[in-house]
Amino acid sequence: MNASLHLWLIPLLPFAGFLLNGILGRRLPKALVSAIALLAPLASFAVVLSAVLASSSGLALPYTESCPIGWIHAGTLNIDFSFVFDQLSLVMLLVVTGVGFLIHIYSVGYMAHEDGYWRFFAYLNLFLFFMTVLVLAGNALLMFVGWEGVGLASYLLIGFYFQKNSAADAGKKAFIVNRIGDFGFLIGIFLLLATFGTLTFSEISAKLLAAPAWQGGILTVIALCLLLGATGKSAQLPLYVWLPDAMEGPTPVSALIHAATMVTAGVYMIARTHVLFDRSPFALGVVAIVGAATALFAATIGLVQNDIKRVLAYSTISQLGYMFLGCGVAAYSAAIFHLMTHAFFKALLFLAAGSVIHALGGEQDLRRMGGLRKKIPVTFWTMTAAVFAIAGFFPFAGFFSKDAILYAAFLQGAGGKVFWFVGLVTALLTSFYMFRLWYLTFLGESRNHEAHPHESPWSMLGPLVILAILSVGGGWIGIERFAAFLAPSTGEIPTAGGSASLEIGLSALAVLVALAGWWIADRLYRKQPETPAQWAAAMPHGYKLLLNKYFVDEIYGFTIVKPLLAFSKFLLGWVVDVAILGGAAWLLGGIAQFAAAILQRWQSGNLRSYAAWLALGAAAVLLFLLLPATLGLHASGMGR
Amino acid sequence: MNPAPLQLAAHGIPLAWYLLLSAALFSLGVIGFLIKRNVITVFMSIELMLNAVNLTFVTFAHQWHAVKGQIFVFFVMMVAAAEAAVGLAIIIAIFRARATLAVDRIDLMKL
Amino acid sequence: MSFLNESILTLILLAPLAGAVLVALLPDRGKLPAWVALLTTLVTFVLTLHLPAHFVLAQHGFQFEINTLWIENPAIYYHVGVDGLSLWLVVLVGLLAPIGIVASWNAIERRRKIFYSLFLVQQTAMLGVFLSLDLILYYGFWELSLVPMAVLIAMFGRKDGARAALKFFLFTFIPSAPLLVAILWLYARTGTFDFSELQMLIASGGLPAGPLCWVAVAFLFAFAVKVPVFPLHGWLADTYSEAPVALAMVVAGKLGLYSMLRFHIGLFPVQARALAPWLIALAVIGLLYGACLALVQRDFWRLLAFASLSHLSLIVLGIYGLTFTGWDGAIYQILNHGVVDGALFLLLGILEVRYATSQIASYGGLAARLPQTATLFVITSLAMIGLPMLNGFVGEFLILSSTFTGVSRGWAATATIGVILGAAYMLWLVQRIFYGPQSDLATSRPARDLHAAELAVLWPLAVLMLVMGLAPSIWIPAIENRTGPPTVKGTAALSSPALTVAVLKEAANESRR
Repeated sequence: MNASLHLWLIPLLPFAGFLLNGILGRRLPKALVSAIALLAPLASFAVVLSAVLASSSGLALPYTESCPIGWIHAGTLNIDFSFVFDQLSLVMLLVVTGVGFLIHIYSVGYMAHEDGYWRFFAYLNLFLFFMTVLVLAGNALLMFVGWEGVGLASYLLIGFYFQKNSAADAGKKAFIVNRIGDFGFLIGIFLLLATFGTLTFSEISAKLLAAPAWQGGILTVIALCLLLGATGKSAQLPLYVWLPDAMEGPTPVSALIHAATMVTAGVYMIARTHVLFDRSPFALGVVAIVGAATALFAATIGLVQNDIKRVLAYSTISQLGYMFLGCGVAAYSAAIFHLMTHAFFKALLFLAAGSVIHALGGEQDLRRMGGLRKKIPVTFWTMTAAVFAIAGFFPFAGFFSKDAILYAAFLQGAGGKVFWFVGLVTALLTSFYMFRLWYLTFLGESRNHEAHPHESPWSMLGPLVILAILSVGGGWIGIERFAAFLAPSTGEIPTAGGSASLEIGLSALAVLVALAGWWIADRLYRKQPETPAQWAAAMPHGYKLLLNKYFVDEIYGFTIVKPLLAFSKFLLGWVVDVAILGGAAWLLGGIAQFAAAILQRWQSGNLRSYAAWLALGAAAVLLFLLLPATLGLHASGMGR
Repeated sequence: MNPAPLQLAAHGIPLAWYLLLSAALFSLGVIGFLIKRNVITVFMSIELMLNAVNLTFVTFAHQWHAVKGQIFVFFVMMVAAAEAAVGLAIIIAIFRARATLAVDRIDLMKL
Repeated sequence: MSFLNESILTLILLAPLAGAVLVALLPDRGKLPAWVALLTTLVTFVLTLHLPAHFVLAQHGFQFEINTLWIENPAIYYHVGVDGLSLWLVVLVGLLAPIGIVASWNAIERRRKIFYSLFLVQQTAMLGVFLSLDLILYYGFWELSLVPMAVLIAMFGRKDGARAALKFFLFTFIPSAPLLVAILWLYARTGTFDFSELQMLIASGGLPAGPLCWVAVAFLFAFAVKVPVFPLHGWLADTYSEAPVALAMVVAGKLGLYSMLRFHIGLFPVQARALAPWLIALAVIGLLYGACLALVQRDFWRLLAFASLSHLSLIVLGIYGLTFTGWDGAIYQILNHGVVDGALFLLLGILEVRYATSQIASYGGLAARLPQTATLFVITSLAMIGLPMLNGFVGEFLILSSTFTGVSRGWAATATIGVILGAAYMLWLVQRIFYGPQSDLATSRPARDLHAAELAVLWPLAVLMLVMGLAPSIWIPAIENRTGPPTVKGTAALSSPALTVAVLKEAANESRR
């Protein structure tokens, strides 16, 4: 069966939506804008579904589609617009277009009263365009197109409320920090080009397959460069700093871009280029270390944050750390599995948080919430499902995926045990701060008496309910079946050494840890609500360190941004440009002036003196010409 | 055809005489240009120099039977005429502005 | 049509010149000179479009060639022609001229006649530089391109035009003198000013190596100042901040870079190869230096000047990497830089006319008042940053990847850092002008968004940026059909002098046919 899947429609439909809304949206009625904006992802989703159906009815994967007109053909370089549809991109596409569509619906309600409604949806569609390009890309450069493009969409959407300085700052910060990661990605692309002579993923895999003994060396360097790119996009240490600030964007953006899809691009990229990472144990180790460290680091910050969206942001960073850890122990399918379930419950968490914020008229501070359970019941119950899912309770989705990663880590020898332990501690912290958020938001007494909470419209609640169902049941497919499905893409071989009893034991331990987290949160925020403040007072330094996020932003500002500006301003701007280069010009000018001062004495203005010089000069020339001639005449006369 | 050097074919007057006359005229022109103060005289000295050169041209044109030299003389005369017209106009303008014709007092070109 | 093909280059050269004469003869009344100039530049643009439409991709060597004797002794020919190197640059000059007129429309309010007349002369000179294949003809146009520029900067400067003009004059005229001496030396040795003949004679090794080296340096020096290459950029910032927008957008880059490609490396491949490591180093330094200084400028013209320095340095890197793909990227990036810089100049010029200042700190929050301007500014900035799918990326990628794979990994990686800094200063500029709360300046003046003429220029430019980013295959095949080294696809062609000679001879023979 060789029917065309029309993959190009998947990105181009949202792009058409972007163009329509971007150019005409200002003049169109809101209903039409929403219709265009919703139809685009829905149609994309439909195309993806038809592709899924085609593949389940016997289409051979991976299926490739190229644009007949190439993109960059220069010299020996041939790069095409080529799309690849395989198991990996299938899963990602379903998540991106599916969750993306739900969030579009939600946004219709959430953004209903905002200025620039059309602009918001244009950007959102633009994001979907770039994200689907990223996922479908058949070569590294096209992936880079999507990669930068989602960064752009993220920049535009974070800075959506551009009149706020903080929003504009956050957008800029996100773009620039991502650029640092992109630097790594770009160098990785150059190295791929230099090493393999091609950027097409399938050709790179084929070349590596042809050389089974090829390990480490340049492959490690490439993998580390790509990892740098991934840490930027997926907000891992040390480039995570942009993600918490990105919460300045509207909440649906946080849900779609900064939780469910874009930030997982790094994980997807590692899975896509896993052939390189598989050949470099060192790079894989670094991936695992980065992932585990980020997971723990972000979770500790999440413990004390007071802004509901910031808690979720740090939790996202932490969960992305899990996915990196999964990649790092070569359990790509587990990482993708977690990516998928995380997309469900984290999108749900953000959307529900948005619903809470909406209900309270824009309030984001946890300290000014409380007691909302009765007021907004649908939001409460859906959010509860998400909290249980992220905390890892059986049989919620998060349990299966997180467990798969921890189990895979546990099987990776001694180092793997350390990663497993870190993951377990993170799970405890995760469970604790999520239940803290849950208690502070919904239970207890209301601490905000001005607000009159109201439940959100059904355009917002509908997506919440669907996502809640997915957060509960999204993991039931089970890692074994999921891994088997993905195996052609990820090339995984089941790790030996595991056993059913070990797996069940570890799972039980994980659930116990989650329960422990819930219990602590219950003690601290329901039974003795005064305790947290006492603890904070008892350990002021530790508390401040966490509250201020380990002062990482300040450290970066002090060690990188300020020195760079000062260097540019004083050393380059003043010392080099003004003093040295300007000084050299001044010196040359000085020499010229000095010479002129001497020479200008000749310019007496006296006509006769000029004429005399002229005559003298003519006489000198004449003499010069005649003298040798006369001497020569004499010589010849003598000779004769 | 190579006429005897330093001999003018037509009248038997040697070439050198013409050249000496020309050189003398030219030197007079230069000296006049250098020592005279009156602009008009200076101007006349220039004409003298030009005509000295013209004489040389004609001499050699005749000597070598080459018409180019005579054509050149016409050019020089044309330029001299133009120069006289422009030069006199300038002199009049200067006289009006500065009420003097002494070159030493016309030193506006000094930097 | 064949008549048109044979005389199109002359027509292209004469059209703006005729316009200049016409502007000079007509009275200086109202917008009349501007209209005449606009019409002239549009006609010229249409004429330049004839070139790509009838450029034969399969035919190697110069096309639309005209070669008639001009002066017998010394042997100067009116020899013009285009190949892949100059083809699109001619079109670019044609495209930028009407944009320059639109940019001057409201900015130039007095002595329009002189302005537009000299502008058109300058236009002729630039076209002449790209078309000439005789060194004296080339030199004439090269000098001619500098004179109107200096005069106009002096006459129409913003604050201290005379000083900037003097600086520009000294920086660009002084290096031209050694260039002339070098050209005359070549003539004295070979008896020809013809580009192709000289190329062949130099390649065949008949000239003494020592003086030839100095000749090559003289050529390079003149071009490097004009680009400018770090540390010869002293004139750039002053010129950018003083020159009228229409002139500033054409002053930097193109002429010098093209001359490097054609007349420095084209004539002296061996000498250029020896100097290439130095130029690569200077280019990378200039790239980072320009980016760093752009970060801290307070005046947006100066910021743009240092940003330009950074971007032009990248092109120099592509040129002196001496790889085939690098040259593709460099030429493509010259086009990109022309389009993007032109649009940025136009936008910033519009802001300056509206708000009468170029101090960035005075601006703020304009996006709410001038949404169209903001949108176009963001698109242009993104193209400048090198966002994929916009044009800047293709050129940057070709240059950096070819440098990385074919020349030096270290330099390429260092240059890539400049890409990050590029994002930093441009986005910061966008933020300080358009985002944040509205400044006093923004609220104190009536908001006038772009009017129809400006939109009619800027949107097509924005679309062009997108098309150039998506379909470089429209441009690159013609660019690859060029004479001169490096000729062998994908490899560093100049590995051995013998090969170079063979390749050059072949190219010269082809161009004769």
